[in-house]
Amino acid sequence: MPEQSQAARPHQSERPPLSERPMIEIRNVTRSYGAFKALDDATLTIREGEFFSLLGPSGCGKTTLLRMIAGFDNPTTGSIAVGGQPMEGIPANRRPTNMVFQSYAIFPHLNVEQNVAYGLKRLKLEGSEERRRVEEALAQVSLTGLGKRLATELSGGQRQRVALARALVMRPKVLLLDEPLSALDKKLREQMQVELRRLQQAVGITFILVTHDQYEALAMSDRIAVMFGGKIAQVASPKEIYQRPVNRQVADFLGGMNFVKAEIVEENGASLVVDTLGFGRVKTDKPKAFVRNGGAATLGIRPERLRVLWDNATAKFEVAGKVVERHYFGEITHLIVEIPGLEKPLSVTETNDFGADDIPVGTSIRLAYDPEALVAMAD
Amino acid sequence: MTALRRFLPGGGWLSAYAFLYVVFLYLPVIFLPIFSINTAATPKFPLSGYTLKWYEDLPRTPALLDAAWNSLVVGVSASILATVFGILAARSITRYRYPGRRAINGLIMAPLVLPEVIVAISMLLVMLQLGLSLSLFTVVLGHVLVCIPYSMTVLTSGFEGFDRSLEEASADLGESAFGTFRRVTLPMVAPAIISSLLVCFTISLDEFIIAFFLTGTDATLPIYIWGQLRFASKLPGVLALGTLLLVASFLLMTVAEILRRRAARRTQNEGGLYA
Repeated sequence: MPEQSQAARPHQSERPPLSERPMIEIRNVTRSYGAFKALDDATLTIREGEFFSLLGPSGCGKTTLLRMIAGFDNPTTGSIAVGGQPMEGIPANRRPTNMVFQSYAIFPHLNVEQNVAYGLKRLKLEGSEERRRVEEALAQVSLTGLGKRLATELSGGQRQRVALARALVMRPKVLLLDEPLSALDKKLREQMQVELRRLQQAVGITFILVTHDQYEALAMSDRIAVMFGGKIAQVASPKEIYQRPVNRQVADFLGGMNFVKAEIVEENGASLVVDTLGFGRVKTDKPKAFVRNGGAATLGIRPERLRVLWDNATAKFEVAGKVVERHYFGEITHLIVEIPGLEKPLSVTETNDFGADDIPVGTSIRLAYDPEALVAMAD
Repeated sequence: MTALRRFLPGGGWLSAYAFLYVVFLYLPVIFLPIFSINTAATPKFPLSGYTLKWYEDLPRTPALLDAAWNSLVVGVSASILATVFGILAARSITRYRYPGRRAINGLIMAPLVLPEVIVAISMLLVMLQLGLSLSLFTVVLGHVLVCIPYSMTVLTSGFEGFDRSLEEASADLGESAFGTFRRVTLPMVAPAIISSLLVCFTISLDEFIIAFFLTGTDATLPIYIWGQLRFASKLPGVLALGTLLLVASFLLMTVAEILRRRAARRTQNEGGLYA
């Protein structure tokens, strides 16, 4: 199976069409500890060959869900199927999944080769076949030649690769990754994100990544499930999640967002017309799960979707205000801009190529925006 | 002393105190080997001459050989039993969280601070109540009791920090529960287990009071030594035997400590988070 999909996959960020075949089906899964529900009625389908992320703050239930797929924990109610096969009663050692642990869990009494070959020993392969697969796995994670090293002689990044090779060598249907990059420093982490994504496309195995890092999830995934308090809040592509969050919580977790109070003027099947104090009358797409709560709604706009208008430049849609704070971040500057009528000032992210880092606090400026960037959401 | 002084910021007085302290601890022990190679039968300065005859006499004493054999049997049995119990207890204490965990830990460690005479008398009463006749077997039972706290200490330090995900990783890679124990758990804690065996053996080898109360007619080495002290002429032989016991204990404990540290390092290295 991996060989087939390998050829079909282009090697760039443009996502290839994914198979629609479900690989993992999670149906109404709840995991309770007494009265506390670590996972609350989760239903989710993960497709074959997909890079899927479970994203959320700590305690949101993402690791609980991952461990139930792996077989280290069992649902209190509900069912999990992998590759069409129900997993109930099947222990971890007989599931077609393999895991990369957060602590890597490299066996310290074994060297790199022995670690990678650990699971193969039970398959009773021929010696040469076993060696070939170990070599292949080490090559996949760029560890060729380090087979004889002891686990204690490896750097953090190398341990991570050993953990990856040890799981991949088993040729699982699904690879589970529990915060695999959280122990690495920023630069190595970013490098590994690219490598992991590349590796996933090359082997074509379904990857499920648990992470609390929204950039990691956005950069690597085909789809993301955002979770809060044991519930799945939204499942969508990274772009959809970032641009069209279903509620304020999701919007907030995925990065900065300006929230603007709005009053609903007109509501029909697909769109909403609202009045706002700062942005005037706006027509916007109605979110799928929008539930009208009286006449009020919330609009959101990301800070980078507001642009500073220089000198006499004009735009079709603009708001005027005054800079009250300025924060310098190297390649970008954050401006906090007070808009008459808005109860909270807007946060604006502007690149520094036109001198946003030199705008004095107190300056009156105008901001351009695209009404498409104003999204309605549930509170 | 210069090496010691480097670590003691207090200057002269503190160094002098440290020096006297060490002398007080070890001077009596030094006399043992010194008098054991002296030609005179009475331990007295000045030394009269150098000889190894006291050592040469040791293997020619059948009662001593019997006692040594008894000590070996008791030591091996007690250390194995105490270590098995210690493994179970240490695993439970380090691995699981349950109500009463600390209290249970305290109870297991208690024999360390109980007066040994009291423990010995209590055990004697219990054994007699149970209708057990006194023998090396009852000595083994007594020694297991006093060895478990030591075994626990060594094993807990080896088991603590044992990353549970290592066992999960093994299961995840297809290994059964028994296979996981054999291929991961056991090799990782083996040094701690061997260390515990050595410590328990050493404790049992040197233990006198409990053995004295619980043994019937079979003497262990310390009991044999006690019996020999009544005869002044036998003293140099006792000193020679004592020296050998001292050296053996010292070596066993050193090896045990090295292994214990190795086990602790092995399990604790595996965080990965600070690698």
